[in-house]
Amino acid sequence: MSTLLSVRGLETRFYTQEGAVQAVNGISYTLDEGATLGIVGESGCGKSTSVLSMMRLIPSPPGKITGGEVLFEGRDLLKMDAEELRHVRGNRIAMIFQDPMTSLNPVLTIRRQLSEALQVHMEMDHSHAIKRSIELLEVVGIPQADERIKDYPHQFSGGMRQRVMIAMALSCNPQILIADEPTTSLDVTIQAQIIDLIKRLRDEIGMAVIWITHDLGVVARLVDRVNVMYAGYIIEMGPVKDIYGRPRHPYTIALMGALPRLDDTAHERLQSIEGLPPDLISLPPGCPFAPRCDYVLDRCLTENPSLDSVSGDHMAACWNLDATLGYQRSSR
Amino acid sequence: MAEKDILVRVENLKKHFPIRRGFLIQRQVGAIKAVDGISFDIHRGETLGLVGESGCGKTTTGRTLLQLYRPTSGRVYFEGEDLVDMKGERLRRQRRKMQMIFQDPYASLNPRMTVGRIIREPLEVHDVGSAKERQTRVQELLGLVGMNQHFVNRYPHEFSGGQRQRIGVARALALNPSFIVCDEPISAFDVSIQAQVVNLLEDLQAELGLTYLFIAHDLSMVRHISNRVAVMYLGKIVELTDRNTLYSDPQHPYTEALLSAVPIPDPEVDEKRGRIILEGEVPSPANPPVGCNFNTRCPKVMQVCREVDPEFKEVAPGHWCACHLVG
Repeated sequence: MSTLLSVRGLETRFYTQEGAVQAVNGISYTLDEGATLGIVGESGCGKSTSVLSMMRLIPSPPGKITGGEVLFEGRDLLKMDAEELRHVRGNRIAMIFQDPMTSLNPVLTIRRQLSEALQVHMEMDHSHAIKRSIELLEVVGIPQADERIKDYPHQFSGGMRQRVMIAMALSCNPQILIADEPTTSLDVTIQAQIIDLIKRLRDEIGMAVIWITHDLGVVARLVDRVNVMYAGYIIEMGPVKDIYGRPRHPYTIALMGALPRLDDTAHERLQSIEGLPPDLISLPPGCPFAPRCDYVLDRCLTENPSLDSVSGDHMAACWNLDATLGYQRSSR
Repeated sequence: MAEKDILVRVENLKKHFPIRRGFLIQRQVGAIKAVDGISFDIHRGETLGLVGESGCGKTTTGRTLLQLYRPTSGRVYFEGEDLVDMKGERLRRQRRKMQMIFQDPYASLNPRMTVGRIIREPLEVHDVGSAKERQTRVQELLGLVGMNQHFVNRYPHEFSGGQRQRIGVARALALNPSFIVCDEPISAFDVSIQAQVVNLLEDLQAELGLTYLFIAHDLSMVRHISNRVAVMYLGKIVELTDRNTLYSDPQHPYTEALLSAVPIPDPEVDEKRGRIILEGEVPSPANPPVGCNFNTRCPKVMQVCREVDPEFKEVAPGHWCACHLVG
């Protein structure tokens, strides 16, 4: 498996009246060809901001990428000029977002929007683009695609609109699909359909997927690797079975403990994490999770740990990894 | 076996919202059958979970139960008395015993009232206690929900979502109700805050002997907090049983599909599960299918399902289901 994407030290700030929001704080990871990566964390942890930064979709001002590089096919996305970037975005790397209603133009038909991407990126002529658009809608499971292609976004249900988004994203056979909370606003049975669709398409096309979500259940079902984010940092990363079966960072452990599981037989109390995430404008020195951590040491309050290997390619950023070594998810 | 103390009894409840057309004279041309004939009991001290996807009618059920919407037909008995028949002062007095916690902690608190005023309001409306007694009660309630008593003079915007929800809970408890409808009380929150709110609700239930109707779409959370669970689809209850049986022995094909669609945050367990992926989408409640509401998507559909609406009946002790395949 070769490395497709390499993120190194990515840092993003938002400059506001109250101060600079440290949204992304030096994150690094790689994505291999055909791999599926889940980026998880709660609101404000920087998961969406980090990929929007990569794709240069951060509004600037007030946002600014203040450091790092994002290497794709040997070139740094952060340093590309507009022309080069246009060739990558929507073409080699495609994105789908949470609310398809805001990503689809409400006054244009689906036919127009889908064929546009094909004509621009694939240089297809009009009639070929229409034909391919209908095929794509069929691939994503829109019934009567040749009729529905003439409809406007508001004439589709939420699940159908998301399928249209996926069709648009896939139209240029991207190498990477970035999905930012694509199923969060959908019903669970529709979510299951969409996840199933993405898996099939991923396997057929061989594309890599980055899936961003706060839903730890969805991630378990879909990805190979997980990055857990907190306060703009990646605090744990590794193969999905390691992260769920043997989490080592106290935040990951607490997060897993807060989840109710459908297959719970013993009715155990949910573990809640007291307090709130830190203020990103005035991040205290030391580990950002220290004020809420059950395993905190003195050192944690002054020095911020970096990611350290716990086994193989499972890494966690914590000074007290010895204490979490024995942690095992209780079998339910 | 002695009948458990039944606090709420719902009989064939319907709530239809009329669709009207016309310019000068409005005619009713149809109806959205949000709740279309449901029956169930809630036992004193239990948590009954009500789960289903968008448009199934669960929120409408909660509101109609409390008479925030007046039922189109059917009965709601609270402590043996028919709420539907009650009006005016009599209904108002009953309202002290049944309260609601809402989904959106930003929309459900008046931004121009202090926290103290918000929590005190139910006491003022129902003319309970002297001014001094109300003040003491507010302090007590803030303590019950784990909030600092100095917060009485602050405004909602100064708090996080989770804290606002606690304020909503304190307000709901002000009149010492016996029954609380929790309408999606945690969907707006991150995982760690959801756990805080659910733990608080469980603690209060144990301490105060509360009865809950817990309405949500997250089946994992509903299963966690509830004693029994009712599954709704397009205005009807398709299955009702205890939390364990629902998971281990679901009878209705929709319940099976719903369970299969809910991800389990454990890749080793999740990959071994069977998958039932439903085709298509939920029909419109303005135009439900003839026969069983689920027949357009049911993987086990038979001809009778397309003609006859199945009866909601007890197929095993305490286990109710509406399906031609069962019982």
